[in-house]
Amino acid sequence: MSVPQFFFGYFAVMLIGLSIMVVTRKNPVHSVILMLVLFVHIAGVYLFLNAEFLAAIQIIIYAGAILVMFLFVIMLLDLKKEVTERRFLKPWPLGLVVAGTFMVFITAVLGKLTVFPEPGKYSIDRIQAEGMMMTIGKVLYTEYLLPFEIASLILLVAIIGAIVLAKKRLE
Amino acid sequence: MSIMDWAWLLIKILIVIGITMLHVAYVVYFERKVIGHMQARMGPMRVGWHGLLQPIADGIKLFFKEDIIPSNADKPLFYIAPVISVIAALASLAVLPIWEAFSIVNINIGLLYILALSSVGTFGIILAGWASNSKYAFLGSLRSAAQVISYEISMGLSLVPVILFAGSTDLVDIVNAQVKYPFIANPIFIVPFFVCLMAAIAETNRAPFDLPEAETELVAGYATEYSGIRFGLFFIAEYAGMFIMSAFITVCFLGGWYGPDAWIPWLGFLSFVPNWIWFMLKVYSLIFFYFWIRATLPRYRYDQLMGLGWKIFLPLTLASIVVAAVVKIL
Repeated sequence: MSVPQFFFGYFAVMLIGLSIMVVTRKNPVHSVILMLVLFVHIAGVYLFLNAEFLAAIQIIIYAGAILVMFLFVIMLLDLKKEVTERRFLKPWPLGLVVAGTFMVFITAVLGKLTVFPEPGKYSIDRIQAEGMMMTIGKVLYTEYLLPFEIASLILLVAIIGAIVLAKKRLE
Repeated sequence: MSIMDWAWLLIKILIVIGITMLHVAYVVYFERKVIGHMQARMGPMRVGWHGLLQPIADGIKLFFKEDIIPSNADKPLFYIAPVISVIAALASLAVLPIWEAFSIVNINIGLLYILALSSVGTFGIILAGWASNSKYAFLGSLRSAAQVISYEISMGLSLVPVILFAGSTDLVDIVNAQVKYPFIANPIFIVPFFVCLMAAIAETNRAPFDLPEAETELVAGYATEYSGIRFGLFFIAEYAGMFIMSAFITVCFLGGWYGPDAWIPWLGFLSFVPNWIWFMLKVYSLIFFYFWIRATLPRYRYDQLMGLGWKIFLPLTLASIVVAAVVKIL
């Protein structure tokens, strides 16, 4: 087994194992901490794919901001009750069967696919010559300008919505 | 990489961590002395000449103290919280370029890496407060979380002009972009530098932004239930964090390892001074500034802290980004 294969195997096993652990913990705070470890591993996968900018963003946005928000909300819940209650809904074996079948289909389909029949224009050499941030920035502001602006508009709507909800009614 | 490269890497790691640990011990002494003299006291005087052995005595005391764990604490998280803080602090050391040929690794996202680790370090504080099962600790950790999220935004944005002017997030490139003049000498960088300096103080939970451990209200904030070496780990993380933030600001605004001899022609005779001395001089001036502020200013009220972060620093940095971008295009 070569070194890249070993690392990929490690990340794959850890990602699956950690995801299962996140959903099965009784204490939500423990789940969040396992999710932090999970996000660090996802960042590791990005690094493995030569996408170091995405790895840093993964940690800064997801681990640094969103997960702290999660912790905030969870800490305000009544955890004592949460821990004693049953973890899953009753028909969870049914869900497992559906998910299992889906997985079998996906693996069958993936086996038939030819991945990347011809190399695209953003090869690793080009990205390394130009710099990851430069490439992403250029693509976002030229080819994908409209989707990018729409995404920011949606976020703006969410921000205004949050302010409207939180604002005290003034007589 | 050959065996020699690995060995050199290991030696560099040992040097940097060793120096940081010594720094942590003696910067505490430095702080007590500086604040002591600012308040017309002597500071530590008993252990050794002018108290020079005080940090070592303190360290040994902390190490041998009983490790007390509250009865209803969440044990795994209680154990792991200080470790997260220390790991996040020490891992940031890996990318700091002390001089051109000396940083443990040189990665092209160095700036983002340090921001990322400083946000991971927050988890140590939040978890410590929650796992202690104590109201004071919990309040302290909630305050810390809110404060760090708010100031992280201003800090990240205040570094955008630096990235714009250096054209890179590689810390070595950023320093090399300042070979003609340090960024702080450019009037565009005055606002970002000031915001970054204040946000760094808030990020490391130091006075006047030390609300997470406000003694008068919260005993010792998130560290209330910690004792012995676990408390010591938080202490190490805080002081190592100060060193990292100061070194980071030095790299981004003050020209890193370049001394005045590189910028001002008639100071050329100073070129015999090694680069790392300039770097350390700048870092310790910033750390002195930290102490100075702590001895001078009273603690902020919580709403003032939030107002300062969101209503003053954030618009200021956004405006400075626009100005910097316009100047860069012209």
